[in-house]
Amino acid sequence: MTIIAFSADRARGRAPCLLAGLLGTLACLAGSPAWADYKLNMPEGVTTTSHEIYDLHMLVFWVCTLIALGVYAAMVYAIVKFRKSAGAKPAKFSHNTTAEVIWTVIPAVILVALAIPAAGTLIRMNDTRNAQLTIKVTGYQWRWQYDYIDDGVKFFSVLDRKSNAARQLRSGIDPKTVENYLLEVDKPMVVPVNTKVRLLVTAADVIHSWWVPVFAVKQDAIPGYINEVWFTVREEGTYRGQCVELCGMDHGFMPIVVRVLSRTEYDTWLSSQKAAAQTSQNTGQ
Amino acid sequence: MSTTAFDTHGHDQAHGQKPTGLVPWILRWVTTTNHKDIGTLYLLFSLLMLFVGGGMAMLIRAELLQPGLQFLNPVRFNQMTTVHALIMVFGMIMPAFAGFANWMVPLQIGAPDMALPRLNNWSFWLLPFASTLLILTLFLPGGAPAGGWTMYPPLVLQTGDAFPFLIFAVHLLGVSSILAAINIIVTIMNLRAPGMSLLKMPMFTWTWLITAYLLLLAMPVLAGGVTMLLTDRFFGTSFFSAAGGGDPVLFQHIFWFFGHPEVYVIILPAFGIISEVIPTFSRKPLFGYAAMVYATASIAFLSLVVWAHHMFTVGMPLAGQLFFMLTTMIIAVPTGVKVFNWTATLWKGSLSFETPMLFALAFLFLFTLGGFSGLMLAIVPADIQYHDTYFVVAHFHYVLVPGALFGAFAGTYYWLPKWTGHMYDEKLGKLHFWLTVIFVNVTFFPQHFLGLAGMPRRIPDYSPQFADFNFISSLGAFGLGAAQLIFVYVIIKCARGGPKATAQVWEGAHGLEWTVPSPAPHHTFAEPPEIK
Repeated sequence: MTIIAFSADRARGRAPCLLAGLLGTLACLAGSPAWADYKLNMPEGVTTTSHEIYDLHMLVFWVCTLIALGVYAAMVYAIVKFRKSAGAKPAKFSHNTTAEVIWTVIPAVILVALAIPAAGTLIRMNDTRNAQLTIKVTGYQWRWQYDYIDDGVKFFSVLDRKSNAARQLRSGIDPKTVENYLLEVDKPMVVPVNTKVRLLVTAADVIHSWWVPVFAVKQDAIPGYINEVWFTVREEGTYRGQCVELCGMDHGFMPIVVRVLSRTEYDTWLSSQKAAAQTSQNTGQ
Repeated sequence: MSTTAFDTHGHDQAHGQKPTGLVPWILRWVTTTNHKDIGTLYLLFSLLMLFVGGGMAMLIRAELLQPGLQFLNPVRFNQMTTVHALIMVFGMIMPAFAGFANWMVPLQIGAPDMALPRLNNWSFWLLPFASTLLILTLFLPGGAPAGGWTMYPPLVLQTGDAFPFLIFAVHLLGVSSILAAINIIVTIMNLRAPGMSLLKMPMFTWTWLITAYLLLLAMPVLAGGVTMLLTDRFFGTSFFSAAGGGDPVLFQHIFWFFGHPEVYVIILPAFGIISEVIPTFSRKPLFGYAAMVYATASIAFLSLVVWAHHMFTVGMPLAGQLFFMLTTMIIAVPTGVKVFNWTATLWKGSLSFETPMLFALAFLFLFTLGGFSGLMLAIVPADIQYHDTYFVVAHFHYVLVPGALFGAFAGTYYWLPKWTGHMYDEKLGKLHFWLTVIFVNVTFFPQHFLGLAGMPRRIPDYSPQFADFNFISSLGAFGLGAAQLIFVYVIIKCARGGPKATAQVWEGAHGLEWTVPSPAPHHTFAEPPEIK
């Protein structure tokens, strides 16, 4: 079972193979041909932070797995070996100080060992200094607003029309026929690659939360608060996420799309946006 | 002091002759002050709520069976997730353990009844009214509360006509819990049989003593928090409104200062039941009794200083994040001690596998799994990725269903012969166990993968990339729901008849509750038993 999962999922590393092993029954259900569609693990992501977090996640996963194997082995051994039906006679002991000290101290040591790298990552994640671009992100029921505060560019980003039509109750449209169903917007956020981008995250009505999994950025957008968060994307591309704080009726329908462009492409995009903003301002007057 | 404490006058005249007719029968149950009657009421009520909350879960999983919206509009969906959680936490699992406490604590400590029988009656009878208020909001204009069971403002303030009903229902449920907690503490502190020192008490009684203190500490905080919501909505205050100088995050601190101890309010009595069941069917005393008591107390204490680990994404200062990460991780130590001690109790025992033991062993494996995902969630940077996804949904369902609920199942099968005087149908019990344990994993294990792949919680519809695991999870949920019908059937069958149970019921059972006949007579320990 493990082998099947591994071969189909090689690209995503070895972790899924163990998860798959744990989930033997489900793996049987799934069958090997379709297995590639079953994503088992967290994406490694495209930012330095996301890689660090992925490594931490795998570290704590393996530590837990090793401890679990030990504990479960002891439980299974006891269940098999000390059955009454197999003639086991009960022992009388009711404590053992040495054992109790050992299994109090060792977990404490392991926890400290896990906390140290976690604290390091956390400190780096909190360092929002020296950002090269600042965007104010405001959550509304149910859309995002992106404000490039140094450039005078500001726009809303809402669920795209095709997804919106298909997601109506009993719409009759098969979501599988809609490209990027529920993960597409009319106007994505655009940022340049290899640039430290700082987001100032807030909300206008209720609490929202801005999450792009491959960036490992998740920040609650809270009315009255401006939360800072940063990311530096290493690869150009289009990345998707969703609001992750329940914010009412259409909480499930306010996706996030970020297009990461080369510096020159970004500059072109920005000047076209500035021009558009200028035009609308003029026509407004 | 103690003579007035268990004076159950008035009731005793009615007791003895069976009431005839519907009205006397109703009055008997409405006015009862007997701990066994009230325990039974609690347990039956929680069983009913299991199906109410479970029915909502079935609707949720039906909607999530495939992408697109088929059955519920998003507003109804949010109402279902909100009310499902409130009913399961306040209406099902807490009353279930209160029922066990009512039945078993006096029997375990050799007391004739709870110390405050009239208060006991009231603390139960608040529950049906509170739950009815909550459930009836489904039919109000604007529908039931849909802002999540966590009731975060400002969203919860957008609730329609249901809003004051929600607050009032939470108040009533809170009052009920506080009264039950007071009663349990007073009973344990004053009515123990002579010779039963605190460190001779059975583990179930111990865990409930600690749980009751936690309830007293946490519940009033919730009551205060929801009252502030009420005044924000109706009386022009701005506790949580940024526009009025208030702070929406303050509510989250208040809520989770209640909410995290609440997690342990739910799981500690289950720990207690497991600590009774495993020694009985291992025919060997509980390993490290004193360590178990201290571990329970440490868990309870630590649960008061970890609340903000539910809020790592609100924008806390670094020092706050580090503090709450460390305290949360430390909880793994006493929890580990408990798991190791249960395993050591199995070690060199003489194990048999009746239904209570099966549920206890499944608890041991699956609660531990939920503990591991809890440790992963404690690592703040990783939690940034897990938070508010299905990974969290999987985690807390693992500790609540194969954790707390399996504890309640184990307790039910364990003490059912004591309550009814009959052995339950072991074959059906085992069928119930195997179906439940399989489907619980089919339902909740794939949700770990969904969360890691990026599916947010509390969404009625999802991107097709999440379709496969959601499909499996929903099928599992339907199986899990259906399997619980067997449980009801086993209970009814056992209440109606079956092989006579002895006083001791189980070969390896020890303790005062096994010295009284099965079924336990209406009044037990009128004379305090002697403790050797």
